[in-house]
Amino acid sequence: MSLIRYQLPEASNWPSFDRLSTVRDEIDRLFDLSWPTRDSGLFSGWSPALDVHDDKENFVVHLELPGMKKEDINLSLHDGMLTVSGERKQEREQKNGGSFRSERYFGKFQRSVTLPALVDASKVSASYKDGVLIVTLPKSEEAKPKQIEVSVS
Amino acid sequence: MNATLTKTESPTAQPTQRVSYVTPPANIREDQDGYVLEAEMPGVGKDGLQITVENGELILLGRRTAAEPAGTQVYRESRRADYRRVFELDSSIDTGKISAKMEQGVLTLRLPKSDSVKPRQIPVTD
Repeated sequence: MSLIRYQLPEASNWPSFDRLSTVRDEIDRLFDLSWPTRDSGLFSGWSPALDVHDDKENFVVHLELPGMKKEDINLSLHDGMLTVSGERKQEREQKNGGSFRSERYFGKFQRSVTLPALVDASKVSASYKDGVLIVTLPKSEEAKPKQIEVSVS
Repeated sequence: MNATLTKTESPTAQPTQRVSYVTPPANIREDQDGYVLEAEMPGVGKDGLQITVENGELILLGRRTAAEPAGTQVYRESRRADYRRVFELDSSIDTGKISAKMEQGVLTLRLPKSDSVKPRQIPVTD
């Protein structure tokens, strides 16, 4: 049996001129982990990252939801506002062991986004792959960009 | 954001380049047989994962496999950077028996302890 003196895993072999960037990385990492939330008020614990893209025909909403079950994700569209809610359940198989690190959030979340233009609610589709939810919302005919020919007489 | 200096091969390029990574949130728990590590990497498929054990360190690298969505960006909170995180491995872990599973953006690693450190009854003979 031996006792090994504790060393910072990444800092130990770094040449001295790199020290500053190591310190910076460590600080960045600290900030990165301690404030992962973008508080949305009601459920402040977990606020999954949300992106919206516009490809002229559709609005495409991406949500990072790792480790969910498809049936635990709810989608609703009301007055041009898309709401995604759900709950991530922890699979408890704790025997008699300890937990070393607990950074993942389990529980409920809710995100809403108001779409910039009218969408056709009947044609909305969604897919869930690699922990990312993709909602495709086709724009209504009035909202699509149109070319207007102006004739000069 | 976690960042690491990587050396570029091309002599014309800058000698070092700062590459930014996202640090995936992780859970680690221990039981009698070993450790279970879970890391969240949404957007990374099985093919984008690179898990390396080197010098007593476990290096997780997750490259985003999904293509950048078409069209213009209206609103963004996520980051396009790849994921990277390094863990120091306990010497009791049998590195030859580590197994990995990727499911909906969550990587689950099973790190079994080697048989020599597991509790064992020693029978006393006459």
